[in-house]
Amino acid sequence: MVSGRQSEDAVICVVDYGAGNLASVVNGFDQLGFQATIVKNPDEIDQYPRLILPGVGSFRQAMRTLESRGWTAHLRNYAASGRPLLGICLGMQLLFDEGEEDGETPGLGLIPGRVVLMAPSPPHRVPHVGWNNLIDTRDHPIFDGAKRHVDYYFVHSYHCIATDASSVLARCEYGGEFVAAVAKGNVVGLQFHPEKSQPVGLRLMENFAQWDGRC
Amino acid sequence: MGWQVLKRRVIPVLLLRDGRMVKGRQFKDFRDTGEPRTAVRIYSAQDSDELVFLDIHPSRESRAAMIGVVRVAATECFMPMAAGGGISTIEDAHQLILAGADKVVVTTAAVTDPPLISRIAKHFGTQAVVAGIDYRGREDEARVWIRSGSEMTAIDPIEHARNLVELGAGEILINSIDRDGMMQGYDLEMTARVSDAVSVPVITCGGAGNFMHLVEVFRNSKASAVACASLFHFGDNNPIRARTYLRNQDIPMRVLR
Repeated sequence: MVSGRQSEDAVICVVDYGAGNLASVVNGFDQLGFQATIVKNPDEIDQYPRLILPGVGSFRQAMRTLESRGWTAHLRNYAASGRPLLGICLGMQLLFDEGEEDGETPGLGLIPGRVVLMAPSPPHRVPHVGWNNLIDTRDHPIFDGAKRHVDYYFVHSYHCIATDASSVLARCEYGGEFVAAVAKGNVVGLQFHPEKSQPVGLRLMENFAQWDGRC
Repeated sequence: MGWQVLKRRVIPVLLLRDGRMVKGRQFKDFRDTGEPRTAVRIYSAQDSDELVFLDIHPSRESRAAMIGVVRVAATECFMPMAAGGGISTIEDAHQLILAGADKVVVTTAAVTDPPLISRIAKHFGTQAVVAGIDYRGREDEARVWIRSGSEMTAIDPIEHARNLVELGAGEILINSIDRDGMMQGYDLEMTARVSDAVSVPVITCGGAGNFMHLVEVFRNSKASAVACASLFHFGDNNPIRARTYLRNQDIPMRVLR
């Protein structure tokens, strides 16, 4: 585990494929003293030591865009290289095998499982919007120093079903438990938005910025 | 410690005109109350659950100024933000989202061009669309008003809420014009009826004058959040104190540390 300030060339790549605003992700790292760069061209990601896949909106639309802009193979190769890769919100969902929105759409296939619509179960409303805490959080460098009972900001209508239990990093209680964070080797996913969760979220971003991808 | 549940939200609302903060009563007599950047910094420092920016004078210039406010806010605070006021096209919504808003609030267009709600939801996801409903009147006489409360419609707010959710709204922001700025408490009856009528989160706005008013909402309705414009303008009232007060009343509130 790498600690301390990053070296000058240790810039974090933030993938821009047109889904959702990246400002807060980049600004969050900037606030923490790390440099993050928005990258629109998949050919360029290989020079970066760590990568963020953000996203809000439609799984189907996002995968279509990733495919058409040539991101899919590059992202899979990046993951295979062992460098830290973090998917946030829709970005975490895209890591999975497939999503059921508007019919089945294949995902990146980095985490076994699928993405399904949350069913409202009164009093629980969909979308799941607001601050909620994590349960059964496993130890992982991304949660280094994070307090167990704090709340993070969630905003989503779909959730992930992980078929490999060992990939589940944390759950959240909302009309039943759902997967709130996943990790498989160097690939991590957070269903909530760390860049919108103020100090507790920034803490996780800082951990990611200093993580070498190994557990 | 240990509510394992979605917390209730307390959301400061910043009303804007031409990029300046304004405050009014019952959607009238708006006066300038300062620079939004200052308020945003304070709300951020106080770890507000979320912020809502509403442009009350939707002209192109006013909206451009609001986009600027949102853009600056996104560089300085790392919290959820919603913004609205005069959104009438996908491009309007896109500009705000690009600037840093997580959600857009669509109020007048929800009446004049309801399919816009669906289009924005399809493009950005339902969680990115908050349908705003401004209304006057009580119970069965309540009617939706548009264009910052200047134009009446014959629409019933409850039915409107249901329709908007069908169209793809991810949240409903129900706003009582009569109670706006009066600090006499929220319209609990309408809040309860709306939150019973839909299965998406409901944010209620209009009337908060003290912290007990916030508690009343959560005790008497299924609202997920309370929005406050005037409440936090007064010195001692701030989101930190609100959170503590509500927690002490056993309302599940966000835990920061």
